[in-house]
Amino acid sequence: MTLLHVEGLTKRFGGLVANREISFSVAPGELVGVIGPNGAGKSTLFDLITGFQRPDAGAVRLDGADITRERPDEISRRGVARTFQKLRPFAGMTVLENVMVGAFQKTADVRAARETAQRALDAVGLGDRAGAHARGLSTGQRKRLELARALATRPRLLLLDEVTGGVDQATIPGLVRLVRELHAGGLALVVIEHNMRVIMEISQRIVALQLGQVIADASPADIVRDRRVIDAYLGESWRT
Amino acid sequence: MPRARMVLVLAALTLALVVPAVVTLPYPRDVLIRIFLFAALAQAWNILAGYCGQISLGHAIFFGTGAYTSGLFVARDVGSPWLAMLVGAGIAVILSQLIGAPVFRLRGHYFAIATIAVGEIVHILAVNWEFIGAARGLYIPVKRPDSFVNFQFHQSKAVYYYIVLGLLVLGLGVTRLIERSRLGYYFRAVREEQDAAASLGVRVARTKRVAFAVSAALTAACGTFYAQYVLFIDPESVFPLSLSILICLIAVLGGVGTLWGPLVGAAVLIPLGEITRIYLGGTGKALDLVIYGALIMVISVVQPAGLVGVVRRLREAR
Repeated sequence: MTLLHVEGLTKRFGGLVANREISFSVAPGELVGVIGPNGAGKSTLFDLITGFQRPDAGAVRLDGADITRERPDEISRRGVARTFQKLRPFAGMTVLENVMVGAFQKTADVRAARETAQRALDAVGLGDRAGAHARGLSTGQRKRLELARALATRPRLLLLDEVTGGVDQATIPGLVRLVRELHAGGLALVVIEHNMRVIMEISQRIVALQLGQVIADASPADIVRDRRVIDAYLGESWRT
Repeated sequence: MPRARMVLVLAALTLALVVPAVVTLPYPRDVLIRIFLFAALAQAWNILAGYCGQISLGHAIFFGTGAYTSGLFVARDVGSPWLAMLVGAGIAVILSQLIGAPVFRLRGHYFAIATIAVGEIVHILAVNWEFIGAARGLYIPVKRPDSFVNFQFHQSKAVYYYIVLGLLVLGLGVTRLIERSRLGYYFRAVREEQDAAASLGVRVARTKRVAFAVSAALTAACGTFYAQYVLFIDPESVFPLSLSILICLIAVLGGVGTLWGPLVGAAVLIPLGEITRIYLGGTGKALDLVIYGALIMVISVVQPAGLVGVVRRLREAR
C-alpha cells in the first residue's frame, strides 16, 4: 500500500533539468529521507509534490488519486503539509495566530482553532511564545513555528525541507526527537536533510538525488555503502 | 474587548449621536459628514488593502458606481435610492470580481497597477457615456417633501449625519466581524505570505476576491450616500484617480490594517483639507495635497502603522 506515489516527475527550467524522471513512493506511516548535494533538485521535488510548481512530465498520486495538476491549497486540504527551506512565517502576526491559520483548515471556530494551535505549539516546544510576534523569533524557533503551523492542519503526510539547517547545535536533538515522535504517532514524513547523522538516524528509507535524478533508493545501511551515493555526496569518510 | 475600551467606544458613539444637537450650523455639520463619509470609504478600502494586503488605487470605480446607480434611479424614476444602494453595491461586487479574477492569480503590484488602469478606463467611459449624462454629469431631481424613502432631507443636515454615521458604524462592524473570524486570519495570512497561506490550505485567490467584494460593496454604498447628499454628480467628482488616492492616503495616515485607523486618518485629513482651503483659498489650490504627501512620507518613514501605530507605541512605552 502506498500513500504517496511519485512517477516519472520531470521539471525543466529553461535548459536546466531540475528533476528528471523521479519516481519513488511513501507508505502510510513511513519516514523517508531525501539527500543530495545542493542543486540536486530536492526542494523542486517538494514544490512539484505540493503543487507550487507544475511538472513538465510525470504524475503525483496520493492514495491513488492524481493530484499532479492541483493547487497547493487543494493538496494541503488532502492532508499533505509542508515546510519551506526559506522560512515563511506570517511576520506581522503572533506565533499563536500563525498556527491558527493552519488549524482553521479543519474548523471555522476561532476558539477550537486556538486550542488546536496551542497544542501544536506545545508539541514543538513553543508554547510559551504563543503571544510573541513571529518576526521576533530566532531561526530555530521559526523552524518550530513552521512545523507547528503545518501540524495544526492535521496532515497525513508531512514534507519537511531541512529540519536542522541553520539551527544551532543545541537545538538539533530536540527537533530530531520531535520528528521521531511525530513518526511514532503514525504520521508519514518525507524529510530533506543535510545533516547525515540525523537523516541516518531517523529514516527508514533514503532517496538520494544527484543532478535531478534518483541515484539510490534504499535503507540507510545500504545507502552508506552505495558507490554512487558515496561519490556524489557522502565522500570516502563514510565508508568506515 | 477589554471593559475600558468597550466603555470608550460606547461613549464615543453616544457623543457622535448627540453632536447634531450641539453643532447646529450647516458648515461644521458638513465637515463632520465628510469626515464620516471618508472614514467609511477608507475603512472599506482597509478591508481589502490593510487586512488582505491587496492595494487598490481604483476604488473610485465603486464609489462612482454607487453614486451613478442611485443618481439614475432617482433621475429616471426607477425606485428609491435605498434600493439603488443595494443594486449599486451588487454592481460593484460584480465589477470587483471582473477586475479581480484575472489579476488575483498574479502577485506583487500587478493588482495595484490593474486597478489604476481600470479606474482610468471607467472614468473615460463615464465622461463619454451619454446615457449617464457624459461629462455634463447628472442632476438628481429634488424630491419633496423630505422623506426617508426619497433619501433627501432639505430642512436639516442632521439626517444625513445619522445616515453616514450608520455607514461608518456598518464599516467598523463588518471589519470587526472579519477581524474576529477565520476569514480575518486568512486575509492577514494572504497579506503576509501568500505561499505559506496556500500551503496551509487557504484558497488564496478566493480569499482576495471575498475581500474585494466586501470592500467594493461598502464603497458603493458610500457613493450612493454622496449622490443623495450632494444631488449632483459628474465623472470628475466621483470617478477621478485623485479620489482613489485620497481614500488610500486616509487609511495609510490613520493606520492600515487597524480597526480605528481610517477614522483617525479622516478626522485629521478632512479638516486639514478644509483649513488649507479656507486660509489659502484659490491661491493654495493643491497645498492640502502637498501636506498630505509630506504626511505620508513622514508616516511611512517614522511609523508605517500610521497614527494608530504612534498611539500604540506611546502606550507601550509608558
